[in-house]
Formats: sequence, C-alpha cells, structure tokens
Amino acid sequence: MNTLWLSRVQFGLTISFHYLFPPLSIGLGVMMVTMEAMYLKTRNKVYESMARFWTRIFALTFGLGVATGIVMEFEFGTNWANYSRFVGDVFGAPLASEGIFAFFLESGFLAVLLFGWDRVGPKTHFFSTVMVSFGSIFSALWINVANSWMQTPAGFHIVRHNGVLRAQITNFWQVVLNPSTVDRLVHVLLGALLSGAFLVLSVGAYYVLKRRHEDFGRRCVRIALIVAVIGAVAQLVSGDFNAKMVGKYQPAKLAAFEGHFPADAPAGMSPFGWVDSKTQTVYGPRIPGMLSWLMYYNTKAPVIGLDHFPPALRPPVNPVFQSYHAMVAIGMALILISLLGVFYWWRGTLFQKRWLLWIFVISVIGPELANELGWFSAEVGRQPWIVYGIMKTSQAVSPHLAAGEVLASIIMFGIMYVLLGALFIFLMNRKIQQGPEEAAAVQPPIPPHVVEGHGRLDA
Amino acid sequence: MHHELNVVWFVLLGILFAGYAILDGFDFGVGMLYLLVKDDAERRLLLNSIGPVWDGNEVWLVTGGGGMFAAFPNVYASLFSGFYPVFMLLLLALIFRGVSIEFRSKEPMHWWRNLWDTNFFIGSILAALLLGAFAGNLAYGVALNSHGTYIGGFWALLNPYALLVGITTVALFMMHGSIYLVMKTEGNLHDRLRGWVNNSIIFFIICYATTTMATLLYDRHLTSEIRNHPVFFVVAILNMLAIANIPREIFHKRYFRAFLSSCFSIVALLSLLAIGLFPNIVYARNNPANSLTIYNASSSPLTLKIMFIIALIGMPIVLAYTTYVYWLFRGKVRMDGHSY
Repeated sequence: MNTLWLSRVQFGLTISFHYLFPPLSIGLGVMMVTMEAMYLKTRNKVYESMARFWTRIFALTFGLGVATGIVMEFEFGTNWANYSRFVGDVFGAPLASEGIFAFFLESGFLAVLLFGWDRVGPKTHFFSTVMVSFGSIFSALWINVANSWMQTPAGFHIVRHNGVLRAQITNFWQVVLNPSTVDRLVHVLLGALLSGAFLVLSVGAYYVLKRRHEDFGRRCVRIALIVAVIGAVAQLVSGDFNAKMVGKYQPAKLAAFEGHFPADAPAGMSPFGWVDSKTQTVYGPRIPGMLSWLMYYNTKAPVIGLDHFPPALRPPVNPVFQSYHAMVAIGMALILISLLGVFYWWRGTLFQKRWLLWIFVISVIGPELANELGWFSAEVGRQPWIVYGIMKTSQAVSPHLAAGEVLASIIMFGIMYVLLGALFIFLMNRKIQQGPEEAAAVQPPIPPHVVEGHGRLDA
Repeated sequence: MHHELNVVWFVLLGILFAGYAILDGFDFGVGMLYLLVKDDAERRLLLNSIGPVWDGNEVWLVTGGGGMFAAFPNVYASLFSGFYPVFMLLLLALIFRGVSIEFRSKEPMHWWRNLWDTNFFIGSILAALLLGAFAGNLAYGVALNSHGTYIGGFWALLNPYALLVGITTVALFMMHGSIYLVMKTEGNLHDRLRGWVNNSIIFFIICYATTTMATLLYDRHLTSEIRNHPVFFVVAILNMLAIANIPREIFHKRYFRAFLSSCFSIVALLSLLAIGLFPNIVYARNNPANSLTIYNASSSPLTLKIMFIIALIGMPIVLAYTTYVYWLFRGKVRMDGHSY
C-alpha cells in the first residue's frame, strides 16, 4: 500500500468514526429544543426531566464529536497537502466559517446548557439550548458547503500562483450556493434529525418494554414518532431531489448508483443486486425504464451511462451500488416502521405491540448506518475525482509523506477509536440503564468537608 | 495596495493563536498540576474549574487551523504535512485529554478514575510540549524546498532548540494554570496551590532565560528584526515586568491581576515570535529564499477580503458570548449535580 491508499483509508476511517456523533448531536439538539419548549409551555416536570436526561446523553455524543472532529480540521493539511494548496483559497473559507459561526456558538452555550441549570433561569437555559442546536446546524451547513463544492465546484477560476495552478474564488455566493449545496444540506440535516429521533424512540421503547419510567418512555416514543415519520417521509422526497441533482451534475455517480452501463439508453433500476463491471451485468431483479422515469418521468428517456466515460474516469461501481442501495433500503424500512408506529398509536394499541417496540429499540442503528452509507456513496461515487472534474484524488496527496508514517497513524487511530467506541457504548448504556431520575444521583455526593454553606469549598 | 490584508491576516491569526494559548494554556496547566492533588474531591474541584470552558477553549485552535487554511493555505499544507508525526501525537494527546475529562467521574472505581486522571495529566503535558516544539521549530526555521514543502525529516523536528521551547511552554502553562487555580479555589487547597505558583514561576524563569540565550546565539534571523528596530525591545521589557509582577500580585492576594499579567506574558512571547518571523511565517533555514511568507503563501486578495468580513461579523459575537460564559461561571468553583 502506498501513501495515497493509506491516506484514503485513514481519511475514510477517521471521518466515518467522527460521523457517528455529529448527526446524533444535531438530531438530539432539535429533540432537546422541542422538549424544553414543551416544559416552558406546560410547566410539566416530566418534560424537564426529559430535557435534562437527553442533555446528559447529548453531552456524551458531543464530547466524542469534538474529540474526533479536531482530527478532521487538520487532516487535509497532514495527508492532502497538494489538495490543500490547490483548493485552500476556496475551501478554507467555509472551514474557517464553521469555526467562527458554529463551533464557538456550540461550545460556548453548551457550558450554560450542561452546567447552568442552577445558575440561569429556565428561559435563558432554553435560549442556550436553541443556540447549541443552531450551532450544530450551522456546522452542518458550512461543512456541506465545503463538501458540495468538491462535488459540484462553482464560483472559482484556476490561476497560476507562484508557478503552481490553484483554484481561486471569483464569487463567494456561487461557492456557498453551488448547485448541490441546498439539496445535500437538506438530505444531511434530515438524516441527522432521524438519528436523533430514532435514538429517543429506541430508549423510550426500551423503558416501556422494561416497565421502567413508563410515563417518561411513552412520551419519548410519541414525540420521537412524530419527528421520525415526518423526517423519514421528507427524506424520501429529498432523496428524489438529490438523485435528480446527481444525474444532472455527476452523471457517472448516478450511473454507478444503479449499475447503468450503456452510454445513452433508457435506464432500469434494481431493488437489490450485484454488479459485475467486467461483463457490465447487474445480477438481480431489474425494473426496466424505472430510472429514466424517476429522472425524466418518461420510461424511454435515455440516461447517461458509465460507458459514456473512459474506464479511468469511472467510480468503482459495485461498492457504490451496494452502499447506495443499502441506504435506500434502510430509508424505506424507517418509513415503514414509523408509519406502523403512528398507525397503532392512532388505534390506541401502540404500547401493547411489544414486537414493534423491540424493533424500535434496535431501529437506532438504522439512521446511523444510512448516514454512513450515504456519505460512502457520495464520496466513492465522486472518484476518481477529489474535486469533481477538476482534480483527481491521486494528485491530492501530500508529497514527501512516507507510507510508514501514515500506517503508524492509522494504527494509532484504529486502536484509539476502537477503545473510544467501546467506552461510548458502555457509558451510553450505563446512562440509559440509570434512567432519567437516578442519573443525576450517579455522581458520588460531595464530601461534607468540601461543602459548606452554599456549596462552596472550605477546608 | 492589497497587501495590507496579508498583514491583517498575519495579525488576526496571531490573535487566534494567542487566544488559544491563553485559554487552553490554563487548561493544560491545570492538567499538569492535577496529579499533585491526591484527594478525589479536590481533583474534581480542579477538573470543574475548567469544566464549563475547556472545550470552548479548544475551538480557538480549530478556528486558528481553519483560518490558516483559508488565509495561508500553503503554510497550512506545508506545516501539517511536514510536521506529520508531531501533529499526529498532538491529536492523540488532545483527544485523550478531552475524553479523560468527559469520562473520569462517570464511574466511581479507583482504577477507572486513576486511569483517566493519568491520561489527563500525560495528555496535558504532551500537548503543551508538542505545541511548544511546534513554535520552537517555527522560531528556529526548517528545511523547505522551492515549492515550500518540508524536507527536513522527522528527527530534525526534535532538535534541541525546539525541545527547549517545548519545555519552556510547559513551564509557562504550568505557571498560568497554577495562577488560574489559585483564583478559582479556596481554603487549604488554595494555600497549597499558592506554593505551586511560586515553584512554577521559578521553573518558568529558568526556562525562559535559557531559551532567550539560545535564541540570541542560534536564531540570528529571528533577533535581527529586533536589532534593526530597537523599539521592539519594549515588548521584551514589558514581558519581564509582567512576569515580575505576578509574585507581587499573588502576595497581595490580587489573583485576577496576577492572571492578567500571566496572560500578558503569553501575548508578549508570541508577539516576539511574530515580530521576529515577519514577514515570514515559515522560515526556510536551508535557503531563506524558499521561506513561506505572508505574501507568497497567502490566498487571493478576494478571499482575504471575504474572510476579513466574516471575521468582522463573527468574532465580536464570539467574544460577547464567550465573555458572558466566563462571567456566568466566575468566582470560586462550585460543585453541583451537573459537575464532572
């Protein structure tokens, strides 16, 4: 393995692990805002305990998100120096904006959110929750701007700087609102919302099944189901928008999604299958003309296929096909179970359907997996380009970086992330087992010799 | 005519990194002194003195990195790819430090808490040492080829001068953190920590004097700017006065003023580095013509302008609510059910 491949593996590993956490933070943030708003409106203590409980879970996901996110901010420079030199003029701006507009906001108000319960009034606390949620959404916005520019670059020109070619901004708003930004941002945010909603749904259903904190659990299930059903259906619509956008701006990627080879012919779709690129065959059921219809509402309309591109400019087809189809399948399953939940809720028998509640318990894995698979399809589907049509991934890696150094850091990150992942699950489970009321008492009481009067230190 | 913006961004990045050094500096200092306190309740007080603010402080580094990417992409690319192993170790230290704060009080077992406490301590020292070594390499200069790519290899990064600056940084942050802790604690713990302020000031002054001598002997490019413009001696003198002022303020129990003096000293030290480097950001010791300067390594004038507008809009808001958060958690540390 050379530096290029090892760097790709490392980036994939670190970004995949990192991306387990931000969607949970974004989604939970919205759920926390909802719960705290309901507390302020009804003054019902159960909503306060919900807000407090989910804030503690949020703190854990946020902490891991920050710790693994620092790596991402610098990994462009460490492993992709040529990329950084080439795009820095354009790509650095959204990254710096993310720091200024999102990270500061999140971490500043997180202090009030976590440690301010007894220091500020409920309204100020609610304001802080809203700000943390905004911060996490702004972060998604700016990082999407940066990544969407890599997918559909706009608002720049290529000039010679000190004898080396590089991209420079010509129009900032065209960079920010490049052709794929809005569609992809909506898709990412809905994916994050589903992550948060299904986590709340999962834990709520678990409590109902175990007959612990039942009132709390039922309310969690109900709030989460509303968000889940809206989010899951909206995600289907957003997915359609994205497929059309990809077809228009990155036809090779769309062709890989469905294993469509003929350069210019009507395209079918497979609910599942296996692509053999050598024989250009998709093994499995195929609905003829379906992709043409979805793209142009005409089953006979030609769709640009992989043969339109020289072999060196095609993405690896089967991995993209599989991850894309798995994402879509999970999305459909999420729609189905959230609709079933709403149906039984309407019938008044939701909490007797223990089989469905058990499905809810494990459903939390669904959106997390779909988020990862979606990014995998988007990023691998863009290959061999790092900036679509402009710069190849193979040109982007750091010169003078030794493969051994990258291998060492992959091993370091690998060990560290396995450890952190295990600890995250352990502590998450612990918090869930402790439940909403007991969780506050988990800290051992502060010894009396430390506390006096208003809880101040005195020796 | 567009070149003012290059200077402006050099200064702005200096402010971001100075902000980072001041804020995360005391976090690191708290981590270094942490194992000297044995009692679990007291350790939790130390941890919670930085509890609400530490990850906001780390954002200054992340934003500094993003700002460098946007304003001086060639520096961002050269430094981080060139200093690869050092940087990976820094990331390791920062991650372990962060999760240690997060995890240590979540379980009551002794071995669990000791494990994370030790990680927190090692992570804090290692991060300060590596950041210092990073600054030391910038001060000393590195080997760059004509494309501005680092060609010096791994071991050159661990040269004695860089390590000396690394140790000085450890001492600086230890002093800074001890003053912060004295400000945030009361009673017996407070009295013991006061002793540590004095020890760490002595440690820092020894390191600082050694580093100054080494700089005068070996970094002629860094000191020439000050030789040519003696007015900059004022910075060095003010720095000495600020350091001398710390024991005085501590003696009079004016801890916040002592803390401000320590902040000033950090700013002065970084200013001296910036004055010495200007207009270089990365000085090429092998061939000064290959140096990355604020002109040849910068983004286009348009990007610098856009980023300047973004900073003008964003940073005042950031400063406003950061001040609010510090104000909200002002005074001595108080423990409650939400503490770490």
